[in-house]
Amino acid sequence: MSRFRVAVNISPRQGILDPQGKAVADALHSLEFPEVRDVRVGRFVVMQVEAASADAASERVREMCDRLLANPVVEDYQIASVEET
Amino acid sequence: MKFGIVTFPGSNCDYDAHHAVTDELGAEAVYLWHKSHDLEGVDVVILPGGFSYGDYLRAGAIARFSPIMREVVAHARRGGPVIGICNGFQIACEAGLLPGALMRNVGLQFVSAPVHLRVENSDTMFTNRYRVGDVLRLPVAHGEGRYTDDAENIQRLEDEGRVLFRYVNAKGDLDPAANPNGSVNAIAGIVSAEGNVLGLMPHPERAVDPLLGSADGLGIFQSMMAHVSA
Repeated sequence: MSRFRVAVNISPRQGILDPQGKAVADALHSLEFPEVRDVRVGRFVVMQVEAASADAASERVREMCDRLLANPVVEDYQIASVEET
Repeated sequence: MKFGIVTFPGSNCDYDAHHAVTDELGAEAVYLWHKSHDLEGVDVVILPGGFSYGDYLRAGAIARFSPIMREVVAHARRGGPVIGICNGFQIACEAGLLPGALMRNVGLQFVSAPVHLRVENSDTMFTNRYRVGDVLRLPVAHGEGRYTDDAENIQRLEDEGRVLFRYVNAKGDLDPAANPNGSVNAIAGIVSAEGNVLGLMPHPERAVDPLLGSADGLGIFQSMMAHVSA
């Protein structure tokens, strides 16, 4: 067994209204970043996982996302990185 | 008729629910601890409002895995009535007892205020004491109450008459200004396909006595009583 650092990005699904992202975009506009077009605010989860391989670790983390970390009705997730530690 | 009120760590409307169904309705009620595996023979389960598990991760996401929830889900699958109020509605959605999800209010603010609701269907075990079109005044107190689902599922809810309550103005008309959280179609409360699980964001248990500003919420509990004794 090795240990892996797995990072997951969870964000509101496309097409789902994200008022938090909109508020951040409005604030950025008022700070004179007019180039900002679309902001979506999500969550970033980092965990240490014991697994036989990087693939096995991401497979388990995907299961965790499906069952708890993300709500499939309104959120998408992506495994951002898997690194052996 | 015996009610079971689940107490999660962070529940804060369990005592209000107990008061509503015992002192006002005259039924029996017990508190069910989140770590318990025993529903103690209750007929109805209430998932009360509050901030179970501090709303960590997503409102209701952790509570859904409490030991008692396995029994609550089994009770619901057997056709047993369940009422999820506010955080309880969020938990019921996370547990798959109801479709959809409750997201951050459109205005980003926690809204604690009385709202008006229109009864959209009186042919359910939760609303048989109301008439379609009745306008109720109940309090809301939530930061994540915007009901959302994909268009197809929303259409199904509408077609099947499963939207029981909608946010309206005092005259009973749809009005964007009367929708406290931006819910799709101003949806405030829905029922499961089998008709035995109710979820709503407003608090009927806080509106059971004129002394509290409204007794309009009592009808939900009276409806259940009438349903059971029918």
